[in-house]
Amino acid sequence: MSERFYDAAPNATRVAPARPAPREYPAKPAEVTLFGTCVVDLFFPEAGLDAIRLLEREGIRVHFPQEQSCCGQPAWTSGYVNEARDVARSQLDVLDNGLPVVVPSGSCAGMFRQHYREVFAEEPETLKRVEDLAGRTFELIEFFLHVCKVEWKDLGQSTQIALHTSCSARREMNTHLHARELLAKLDNVERLEHNHESECCGFGGTFSVRMPEVSGAMVLDKTRALRDSGAVEMVTADGGCLLNINGSLDKQKQTFRGRHLASFLWERISGEGGS
Amino acid sequence: MSQRIPMTELTSSFRGRATEALADSQLRTNFRVAMDSLMQKRADAFPDEQERERLRELGNHIKARALSQLPDALEQLEDKLTENGVHVHWAETTEEANRIVHSIIESKQGSQVVKGKSMVSEEMEMNDYLADRGIECLESDMGEYIVQLDGEKPSHIIMPAIHKNRRQVSQLFHNKLGVEETDDVNELIQIGRRTLRKKFLEADVGVSGVNFAIAETGTLLLVENEGNGRMSTTVPPVHVAVTGIEKVVANLRDVVPLLSLLTRSALGQPITTYVNMISGPRKPDELDGPEEVYLVLLDNGRSGAFADAQMRQTLNCIRCGACMNHCPVYTRVGGHTYGEVYPGPIGKIITPHMVGLDHVPDHPSASSLCGACGEVCPVKIPIPELLQRLRQENVKSPDEPPVVKGSGTKHSRKERALWRIWAALNSRPGLYKGLLWAATRFGKLTPGKLGPWTENHTAPIPARRSLHDLAKAHLNAEQNQGGQS
Ligand code: SF4
Repeated sequence: MSERFYDAAPNATRVAPARPAPREYPAKPAEVTLFGTCVVDLFFPEAGLDAIRLLEREGIRVHFPQEQSCCGQPAWTSGYVNEARDVARSQLDVLDNGLPVVVPSGSCAGMFRQHYREVFAEEPETLKRVEDLAGRTFELIEFFLHVCKVEWKDLGQSTQIALHTSCSARREMNTHLHARELLAKLDNVERLEHNHESECCGFGGTFSVRMPEVSGAMVLDKTRALRDSGAVEMVTADGGCLLNINGSLDKQKQTFRGRHLASFLWERISGEGGS
Repeated sequence: MSQRIPMTELTSSFRGRATEALADSQLRTNFRVAMDSLMQKRADAFPDEQERERLRELGNHIKARALSQLPDALEQLEDKLTENGVHVHWAETTEEANRIVHSIIESKQGSQVVKGKSMVSEEMEMNDYLADRGIECLESDMGEYIVQLDGEKPSHIIMPAIHKNRRQVSQLFHNKLGVEETDDVNELIQIGRRTLRKKFLEADVGVSGVNFAIAETGTLLLVENEGNGRMSTTVPPVHVAVTGIEKVVANLRDVVPLLSLLTRSALGQPITTYVNMISGPRKPDELDGPEEVYLVLLDNGRSGAFADAQMRQTLNCIRCGACMNHCPVYTRVGGHTYGEVYPGPIGKIITPHMVGLDHVPDHPSASSLCGACGEVCPVKIPIPELLQRLRQENVKSPDEPPVVKGSGTKHSRKERALWRIWAALNSRPGLYKGLLWAATRFGKLTPGKLGPWTENHTAPIPARRSLHDLAKAHLNAEQNQGGQS
């Protein structure tokens, strides 16, 4: 059957593709901006620092604008458009320096790349800046793999890990396979599969507070699947998921834990044993 | 026949019902097992990812075009059907639709109705309406029959009794029909069949739904696997079809990709066992078929969704159920938790238009926005985006003009004020850094209980130094060492 007949579908409203098309990657830049994300800022700052170290190790000068805060997602997903827009606008200003923006979290990167378009849908002048930011935003692992094209030497002991990929990495950013690929390059790391890997961990920002029962059931199943994989630890490139999964494991009094991929990677390739 | 449980007798909120459902381990297992198998079937039905994506794109375009021409298409449909000898009725509300169906049955002095599976008749609560007027309405789809026998509502739009396993069905048949218990699924189906066959011959009227109504030819297309739809639409002397106005498509050619998307997304089938195409009553020289055919076109809030370009996409839905099969929330709590006819992701975006957002205020937030629904939807409805939009409508001030009926019910001055403060903190660097300063200094004082979050987590403790601090110190040190900057 041919799509030709339907080319001129009138008023088909914009539909976000389930998986964005593969993007073109630029050459490795000399400088980047790190957008730390509010969750990493407050709860996993060492992961942010490890991300900086990894970038510097690639010979990249890292800027960390002190005026940065949050991408605006919590308000946006709660339906508070104006509040989200205020915060988003302030971040647009902060990130206006034209440098690539590297983000150690798929959901915040997804906010820049996808949702700012909706946030500013009614402001054509701002949309230009939004498109510009979207074009130079990279998720951290994506950046290492495709922009830096890293070939790292694994200095760590042999280990078995489970990888958790966030829904935004999977469905908004199309970056869910990047961590796999990067980990596959590390000689002493074995990635173990777990059940229902593509399923949400139940965080969803304020969802975990508004629907604690359902969210709780989801994270319980997720932590069980991760532990059942036989891995010694979980790694993920998303702060929100990490907060959710570790918070639940702690409540369950498990010793199994998750760690941000940036810290795991820094440990492997620097041989420094994490910061 | 036992009456259905009115939903008001159940715990009244989504959260309350979810808690009950989560406590039912049998239910959770039933759903998990069933959904895992359905996900696998759908995956197997689309072995070629590129073909699937092109087909979805096509499906989206066909539906978008059909909707863009909706008023004209409906008129054309009416004209064609009338030409074919089908009586067409329009109903704005479910009450009106029920009245129409009832008056048709009454005019035939009918007292027994058999029904093929139809979600629109569920929407109308037709069984109860007719029962109150002395008319017995028997479900002939096996799943529907099972939930009817148990006085329940369907928990899934394709598989109404998916929440029950075979043991539970066997016990139900034993209790209600007095037959021996059996573990054999075929035997169970035979038991149901034997009971139903008799009823087909006795029925005065057959009721069915419609999967696609084709404007160009005036054809009602109906897919099913059990043959009950075929029986309901051909054996009784009168056939009444009920459908939502969004089911109209331009022509038969448009149906081909949609049908393929529907059956593959729903049960992983290349095509269903039966594809019924009804274009009118029995003609003088024909041996079977009903003597009269009626179509009731129901609005019930659909034109409200139609009026808004973004919300209109809700009407793309071809009711395949794939979004619920892939939804982690649906999988955990099951269809009854939603408390409405359409459960799962599609239910969360279509129900507000039908009953008003004020009746289902929890629906838009009962999602982690993981995106699984949008990823599988065969007609590419951006369900997460629409949920997002409904969240906005939900917290809108009641002074603003409503786009969805009942919007603004979650509006709370207090909550808005909190988000204002949040926005101020996050858009003014000085304030944000003050917050970091306080959180990192006094984080250890965070109370062990932080509302609902700590039901399933320990309270997160802020780090002693924020990334702002660490980054500044680190980058300054680099500089002082005569580093790169
Ligand atoms: S919203 Fe999409 S996936 Fe869900 S039932 Fe409708 S067509 Fe199927």
